[in-house]
Amino acid sequence: MWNKTVAELSRALQNKAISSVELTTLFLARIKQHDHKINSFITVTDELALNQALDADKKIATGQAHPLTGIPIAHKDIFCTKGVKTTCGSKMLDNFTSPYDATVVEHFKAAGMVMVGKTNMDEFAMGSSNENSFYGPVKNPWDLERVPGGSSGGSAAAVAASFAPASTGTDTGGSIRQPAALSGISGIKPTYGRVSRYGMIAFASSLDQGGLFAKTAEDLGLLLNVMAGHDARDSTSIDEPVPNYTATLNQPIKGLRIGLPKEFFNPNLDSKMAAVIETAVKEYEKQGATLHEISLPNSALAIPAYYVIAPAECSSNLARFDGVRFGHRCKDPVDLEDLYKRSRSEGFGKEVIRRIMIGTFALSSGYYNAHYLKAAQIRHLIRDDFHRAFNEVDVIMGPTTPGPAFKLGERTNDPISMYLSDIYTIAVNLAELPALSIPAGFIDNLPVGLQLIGNRFDEVRLLNMAHRYQQCTDWHLNIPGDF
Amino acid sequence: MALTAADIKQIAHLARLNIAEHDIPLYTEQLSRIVDFVEQMNAVPIDFSTLISASDEPNTPLRADTVTEIDQRELLQSIAPHTAAGLYLVPSVLDDKTPKDIDYVE
Repeated sequence: MWNKTVAELSRALQNKAISSVELTTLFLARIKQHDHKINSFITVTDELALNQALDADKKIATGQAHPLTGIPIAHKDIFCTKGVKTTCGSKMLDNFTSPYDATVVEHFKAAGMVMVGKTNMDEFAMGSSNENSFYGPVKNPWDLERVPGGSSGGSAAAVAASFAPASTGTDTGGSIRQPAALSGISGIKPTYGRVSRYGMIAFASSLDQGGLFAKTAEDLGLLLNVMAGHDARDSTSIDEPVPNYTATLNQPIKGLRIGLPKEFFNPNLDSKMAAVIETAVKEYEKQGATLHEISLPNSALAIPAYYVIAPAECSSNLARFDGVRFGHRCKDPVDLEDLYKRSRSEGFGKEVIRRIMIGTFALSSGYYNAHYLKAAQIRHLIRDDFHRAFNEVDVIMGPTTPGPAFKLGERTNDPISMYLSDIYTIAVNLAELPALSIPAGFIDNLPVGLQLIGNRFDEVRLLNMAHRYQQCTDWHLNIPGDF
Repeated sequence: MALTAADIKQIAHLARLNIAEHDIPLYTEQLSRIVDFVEQMNAVPIDFSTLISASDEPNTPLRADTVTEIDQRELLQSIAPHTAAGLYLVPSVLDDKTPKDIDYVE
């Protein structure tokens, strides 16, 4: 049962082949037995999970169940969970127990899903390797010497290791798609505004978007049906009807136009990665889709623009952590400035401090126009590139990452090299588009992903295309050997 | 652009952070490289008249001017280090007490 998909588990629960308590016990036992190898959880909520599973079984028995009732899920520790420690991977919030649930958590609770725990992550979602957590790095289940990707590395590794059939994540510059690719699972970042950010601890508010990890595109659709929707408590949430994301999964894709950006397939792309992506897109061609070269001329500027906009927003958002109202407070401050400075310096890790400093610099007097304003202008150019591309094609495809998972420690002293691991994902956040990553092959026994980018609110098409690919390939069925 | 140690100290002060003296050279080097990296943007001229997306920013959503939130002050203050009478308490650091004498003030 532990390697089944959400869809399969839903059928098993409805058919009474297994109870939610049995299923939850099974996943909790797997976490207990194996998580010491990869450190994917910060908090395991055994007792709460078993109580929720009991309630789920009652609902199933009385015919009041939602298709997801009784299925375990793990939440990234960036989502506030009432009465449960919510750390955001930081010492700053090591003592923080949220007094309320994030909207996303409320939605899954209302559907009767069972929370098995809170997953490890890069501190305040800043990182691409999950090495920036106060609770230690997460390791890749495919190779324990390598990173799982980040910042939602714990959520990705937990699903890859089958500690839960699904998990939540957040994606500010690739933090769902990159770890999904490096951990060999499926992950979706919806359109900005599609999923509520209420109760999701803010890093860069104009870019952050909650999303999902699961083994298949079908599962992502089942979960997004519950996760998506307007929320009056998030002023950036968009009041658009939520379609049924699983109704059109099997729709034929004949005649759909796939755009291949020439900037992604340049000589710098690793030849093994190029071969994996070429094989994947040929599969779509076989099903009747057509391939078209397109151009995203400003894509090279996405990372420089992102590393101004995201740190600028982070320096503003993280100003609230001052040692006064909640979170870490330094001992024996001598004056107010000492209280602020020591609480913050003791509570934040190195990458967070680095980004707050860059953001503070970019917003400071004399540099605002040259940095922040320029980056905001570049963001418009990048949006326009996609706008033009989607006049010509229905979906854009390319690699999710430049290569497979890198070794732990390999890039920790070189921030720019780390930032470049998100080279194919960041532009999507700047343009507020939906995108997903699905397993598309292996390089040197390590999984790599195919990225599908859609037009605004076109998650239905992305999931349809991902599902069709998974119906005729089996990359998504591979499971790491040690788990 | 090469940042100096003095720049780093000033940025840290603006961000209300303490940077240990021995970490200053590393932050100076890394932040200078990051600033150089992001300044690639400056090579791009931008002609606003050709931008498509600049004119299609979504309108700010408006809602009726009615009360929608209930009072949750007690719940939200339940996680604070110290409160009294609905107020957040901070150490009394605004006078010249020595650290040993620090007390909480209302």
